[in-house]
Amino acid sequence: MSTRLVTFTLEGRSYGIDVTAVQEVLRGLPRTRIPLAPSALAGLINLRGQVLTAIDLREQLGLPPRPSDQDPMLVVIRVAGEPVALLVDSIGSVVDVGSEQFEPPPDTLNGPTRELIRGAYKLTDRLLLSLDVDRAIAA
Amino acid sequence: MEEMDEIVQEFLVESHENLDQLDRDLVDLEQHPGSRDLLASIFRTIHTIKGTSGFLAFGNLEAVTHVGENLLARLRDGRMTMTPATTDVLLQMVDTVRELLAAIEETGTEGAVAVGGVVDRITAVLDGDAPEAVVEAVVEPVEAPVEAVVEAPVPQAPETVPAPEAVEPPAAPVAPEGAEDTVSRRTVADASIRVDVDVLDTLMRLVGELVLTRNQIVRQAADVEDQDLVRSSQRLNLIAAELQEGVMKTRMQPIDHLWSKLPRVVRDLGAQCGKQVRLEMVGRETELDRTLLEAVKDPLTHLVRNAVDHGLEAPADRVAAGKAAEGVLTLRAYHEGGQVVVEVCDDGAGIDADRIAAKAVDKGLRTAVQVQAMAPSDLLQLIFAPGFSTAAAVTNVSGRGVGMDVVKTNIESIGGTIEVESSVGRGTTCRLRIPLTLAIVPALTVECAGDRYAVPQVSLLELVALDADRAANAVEDVNGAPVYRLRGSLLPLVRLADVLGVESDRSDGHVLIAVLHADGKRFGLVIDRVLSTEEIVVKPLATRLKALGTYSGATILGDGRVALILDVQALARNALSAEVLDRQAAEQRSASAAANRAEDQDRVLVAGIGGGRQVAIPLSSVTRLEHIPAARVERVGSREAVQYRGAILPLLRLDRHLGSVTEREGDDLVVVVYSAEGRSVAIVVDDIVDIVEGGTGTRSDIDDHGLLGSAVIHDRIIELLDVRAAILAADPHFYTATLHGDVPALEEVR
Repeated sequence: MSTRLVTFTLEGRSYGIDVTAVQEVLRGLPRTRIPLAPSALAGLINLRGQVLTAIDLREQLGLPPRPSDQDPMLVVIRVAGEPVALLVDSIGSVVDVGSEQFEPPPDTLNGPTRELIRGAYKLTDRLLLSLDVDRAIAA
Repeated sequence: MEEMDEIVQEFLVESHENLDQLDRDLVDLEQHPGSRDLLASIFRTIHTIKGTSGFLAFGNLEAVTHVGENLLARLRDGRMTMTPATTDVLLQMVDTVRELLAAIEETGTEGAVAVGGVVDRITAVLDGDAPEAVVEAVVEPVEAPVEAVVEAPVPQAPETVPAPEAVEPPAAPVAPEGAEDTVSRRTVADASIRVDVDVLDTLMRLVGELVLTRNQIVRQAADVEDQDLVRSSQRLNLIAAELQEGVMKTRMQPIDHLWSKLPRVVRDLGAQCGKQVRLEMVGRETELDRTLLEAVKDPLTHLVRNAVDHGLEAPADRVAAGKAAEGVLTLRAYHEGGQVVVEVCDDGAGIDADRIAAKAVDKGLRTAVQVQAMAPSDLLQLIFAPGFSTAAAVTNVSGRGVGMDVVKTNIESIGGTIEVESSVGRGTTCRLRIPLTLAIVPALTVECAGDRYAVPQVSLLELVALDADRAANAVEDVNGAPVYRLRGSLLPLVRLADVLGVESDRSDGHVLIAVLHADGKRFGLVIDRVLSTEEIVVKPLATRLKALGTYSGATILGDGRVALILDVQALARNALSAEVLDRQAAEQRSASAAANRAEDQDRVLVAGIGGGRQVAIPLSSVTRLEHIPAARVERVGSREAVQYRGAILPLLRLDRHLGSVTEREGDDLVVVVYSAEGRSVAIVVDDIVDIVEGGTGTRSDIDDHGLLGSAVIHDRIIELLDVRAAILAADPHFYTATLHGDVPALEEVR
């Protein structure tokens, strides 16, 4: 059984989300910061007249903040009909993975991020981490 | 006739639509004579018209549709089969119905349209009468169907027409108003169309986008020196404004859409509660955006139910109180200042503020001291506090303790406000103020720490700009709480940067204050810069952001960037604590109470307590001012005391009590001796500054522990000492002992 994932990188690692959830991919739009909001909410963006909340996946996954000179990419996904923008480092490609390549996260992965990682697809040259989109944007 | 009954209007629109469908169905039916579905559809249509016309007392219309229905019923049930003859009589029937409807639309009555012929012919078909009769009918109508129907049957009419009012004398001319009137008036069906609400919503959204784009262009045009561009952008500006207004109108519906359901609610409820209620509605035609209408529905129904259940008394009680047995519930709607005001008034028992106070204390919502200090009108608003319900008994109808607070939350969530007024024995009025529309609001855009925010104009009173020199003097503080004197009265200031936890980038000392009002309170929001006023399109926020309680939405500004809309109500609630607000009311009350008393009650002693702070103490309770050597202060347990005229005076160092540090040097203390009913307390201050009149004119709720508030006296902010609290700090038994007339002697204290 094969799945099609859109891949992107964060801090040099590869992550993937189901292609059907992805609406579009954009280069950094200006963001309006939201004072008082949780740090993972990286701001509001204007996507063709629609106001979207941008979520910084680095923050969500407990990774170090993105260097200020690096412009993030935006992956716009639809969750329950509502578009949400995810901030990622760079966009990879669309890959087909099979369930035989899949393995759940190792027992040593714990803490809050364990919830967000469904598991890893063992590609020949690297591991592709499958992200639980619902949880990643809910936290 | 000039104002045709609304029900008739609706009936006409609906019937015209139905008839168009009917024509198509009948023609289809000829192609597929056996189709039960088509027959059933036709039957339903005619049946509907028959039913409504009977209800509206259009006898002829009913007669025609009645026989038509009979015929259709037989066809549908398969007891007759379709022939061209039946199709013809059915089409004739439809034509007659059309004529009748046209007459009704024109004159409000069925006019002189005769129906006997059609009825006869249908009856003939029903009776299975000779086909030759049908043949005639076939030939005739093809050439001139209308005349055939109108003229031919006239002689027979009296015998066959069941409804005698067919020959009403005033209706004789079909168009009595004259030709020009008939021409100028579009028919009802042509003048209105049904539009899917989604289409309107889409339109509204597009107009929103257009308004945004217009803002962008107008802004860019202002930067470019191109007269043509400026002119066209102005034109665009105008057109967009008009279009916006027009589209907004399409979404407007009269409030009667909501109200029309209420008479039934009131009737049922009245019967259930054993009350006689007369419902009066004023301003039914007042229009409101349909989304708002939907949002107001539940709160309004709740208020109406409440008024019937709790507001109005039982008939016997009313008669005993000298009122008519029948209670009057009045709904009133009107436009006022860009808002729609909806009032629900009853002439019932009214709300007893004291009972509200008792209840609030009982439920632990407020302390006894707090309610004592509250004005009656403020006490009434407590009914909107969560967990408040005054119904003595929980009834089926209301009084479950949820309700009024939900009503308030619902109304506030759409940017509205609610207030209640009541006078005991005469009734209660709940007043809702609702914005006309939600989607587009005029707003002030401001800047804070480099970000832009929108403040809805509806909350904005004025803007105050202070340059660095003036700001240094004009912004004062009361124990750390900044205030500004706005035309003599103290305006509490809230720094937006502090509220949002960001770093203000205004370092030149200029201060910009947006004076806002929310929940009936005023406060000044200190911002970095004021940008402009523009119409903004409100975009909803994700639930998670709404939960922050700081923003009511977002909008897209002229340059395409997103700005957050500040929730002024929430800001006010967060920044001004509830206690402060209560005390504000308390002060108003104590101020007015003081005015009634003797004049010396208004005089205050102003004393310094170090740190440049000055405190006012009511002179009425001050017995003496003394200098006493510091060495005479003795200790009684943890307290300080001093011997004075053969008694022990508990000592209170006001600087410590109010969190200041004395600046007085030297070996004597300035003491204000404060006495009441034989007990005295010595209050130590730095120095006596003055004794002044009044000072109650300008008061503010800016305060701190141990203070009642602050006032402007001789152009300085003076803190008003909460004497009671101060005394209690020095002598916890001061008041209780006095109450019992228990004057302590030296020995007792020792």
